[in-house]
Amino acid sequence: MEVCGGQTHAILRWGLDQLLPPGLRLIHGPGCPVCVTPAATIDAALALARRPGVILCSYGDMLRVPGSTATSLLAQRAEGADVRLLTSPLQALALARAHPHREVVFFAVGFETTAPATALLARCARSEGLANLSLLTAHVRVAPAMEALLQPAAGPPTPVCAVQGFLAAGHVCGVIGTAELRELVKRRSLPVVVSGFGPLELMRAILACVRLLETATPRLLNAYGPVVRPEGNPVARALLEEVFEVVDQPWRGLGLIPGGGLAMRESFAATLDAGRRFPLPGPFAGSPGVTSSLGRGPDPVSDSGPCIAAAILRGQATPLQCPAFGRGCTPEHPLGAPMVSGEGACAAYHQYRPPQGAARSAPPLSR
Amino acid sequence: MSGRILLGHGGGGTLSQQLIDIELRPLYADPGAPLHDAASLALPHGRLAFSTDGYVVHPLEFPGGDIGRLAVVGTCNDLAMAGARPWALSLGLILEEGLELAVLRRILASVAAATAECGVQVVTGDTKVVERGKADGAFLTTSGIGLRVAAEPIGPGRIVAGDQLVVSGDLGRHGMAILMARHGLDPHPPLLSDCAPLWPLVEALLAHGVRPHCLRDLTRGGLASALQELATEAGLRVRLIEERIPVAPAVRRGADLLGLDPLHLANEGRLVAVVAPADLEATLAVLEPQGGAWIGAVEREEDPPGHEGADLAGPRLLLRTAFGSERVLSPPAGDLLPRIC
Repeated sequence: MEVCGGQTHAILRWGLDQLLPPGLRLIHGPGCPVCVTPAATIDAALALARRPGVILCSYGDMLRVPGSTATSLLAQRAEGADVRLLTSPLQALALARAHPHREVVFFAVGFETTAPATALLARCARSEGLANLSLLTAHVRVAPAMEALLQPAAGPPTPVCAVQGFLAAGHVCGVIGTAELRELVKRRSLPVVVSGFGPLELMRAILACVRLLETATPRLLNAYGPVVRPEGNPVARALLEEVFEVVDQPWRGLGLIPGGGLAMRESFAATLDAGRRFPLPGPFAGSPGVTSSLGRGPDPVSDSGPCIAAAILRGQATPLQCPAFGRGCTPEHPLGAPMVSGEGACAAYHQYRPPQGAARSAPPLSR
Repeated sequence: MSGRILLGHGGGGTLSQQLIDIELRPLYADPGAPLHDAASLALPHGRLAFSTDGYVVHPLEFPGGDIGRLAVVGTCNDLAMAGARPWALSLGLILEEGLELAVLRRILASVAAATAECGVQVVTGDTKVVERGKADGAFLTTSGIGLRVAAEPIGPGRIVAGDQLVVSGDLGRHGMAILMARHGLDPHPPLLSDCAPLWPLVEALLAHGVRPHCLRDLTRGGLASALQELATEAGLRVRLIEERIPVAPAVRRGADLLGLDPLHLANEGRLVAVVAPADLEATLAVLEPQGGAWIGAVEREEDPPGHEGADLAGPRLLLRTAFGSERVLSPPAGDLLPRIC
């Protein structure tokens, strides 16, 4: 299984799976932060965006994703909300300074790749004493999710995905290092190869993983060269440690993952948690450690009708096995989260291998 | 005049008159001619091409161009794609109250420079001012008339199986320059928009005896959208060789960073020429020195009769990657949004 959505995207973009010998199958992982952000968290962002005086900002592909109703932040913007696209969390500082009479809320999502930048924003906001900046965070951790995929949840038996080896997300490892994955290898006795995102890097990692499997060697290998050091990025890790603590967190389609998320520590959350500053619907209402109580409500977007988003996010099915793929479910009218984000597995299949006869969106009216 | 555009500049009174006389008149073919409600044109004999476009770019000024240059070049390029020499333009301005006059002057200076470069004249125009917050600084519209020079019609209806595809230069510069400016990314050295007139290239192709079946200006949606449209309209399949498609390293790196496909990025000075195999050599002789390249061909796989455009023959646009694998090249689904990580 390649864990990261960027890797899934590259595999389909370059057609790498077509080049592999028979007997070798790539299973697509859940590593798309937009896909796994719970609907209830997006609902909270939507509610904040609707509040008068609020500037809600987030990353580009987060703006498209619907919450538990069909609406998204982009749709809210069309209805008059002030929703802005940032490429760096630190741009929120400038926004807050430039609009002292408005409330700037940064909707922070992503894996350990983006969490350090959110941490830096939190630190800067606190030290600068910016009173009109707050954060709605939904950061997730990769390693616990990898383990959760292997282990069927307690209760009735569920189909387990057939993962025999992992291609770990190189950029996440660039931040956190390899210690967490070494632990995973030790506990679960399966090979994990840290992989980059280019076609050659992925092929090299696949080859390394196959060699480990053939020799029955459960080991951790780094096939992403100097980008990943065993200790990761000490500065980024220190920032994470300073601002965040590990919490149990629900993932969209996967359920509650023990240790699967990051929430701001009390010393930051006290002044910066948007969930405390504003009355929010349902599970958010004024609760400290708000992130751990999110996402337990129904999620029509990924639970609706023929869509098998949850099985796809768990690596139990490919998008091509979904009865809705390309028929009821397209990037323009997504039913499940993996179709919404460009990094999602369904969107990647739809972009590079659209079903025959699939209806594409109409071309723009004017070039 | 004061330093900013006021509502009164669009009110039809003395302020409007000042704006027209001082800022806009110099753009006109004959600045001294009395203004009337419509331009009177003495059209040469022959066939004409007519096109219109609206320009709403943000930021108004970007590396390698601005909305003024874009508004002239964009419409002139649309005319050139019909094998027409751009001849006359209209210029509509919708200005936002509060726009700095200095910015307007720079935009209009760009309009003037671009009209000279395109060999075209502004013959009529209109100016409106809307309240602050109701426009993004300035919106421009231009309509253009061109004189058809090519002997045969040029358009998607003439594309046939076996035709060859040539692009006129590397792709994605305009889209990437705009995205970088919009998102505060500041590459070194700066990445400039490719915004440039295409008529000189078309004229050179015609002069070299090339009889293009189709020409397409690769604007919004990039090469992927343009070829998807052409293939669908022609009822044929296009196969591209990815390694042959020129993309500047800086554009490729920027696209990687933002999670975008360079073939989805807009261009404002690039075309794809669809030519018969016999014309390929002459086409390359003109376009290769400009950075152009052969990128693929139109295939013989056609829709069954009666089902044209129904996608029954499978994907329209296929791309062979450097690894020998093949994938569909889809047009972008919506607005291009940078990814998270």
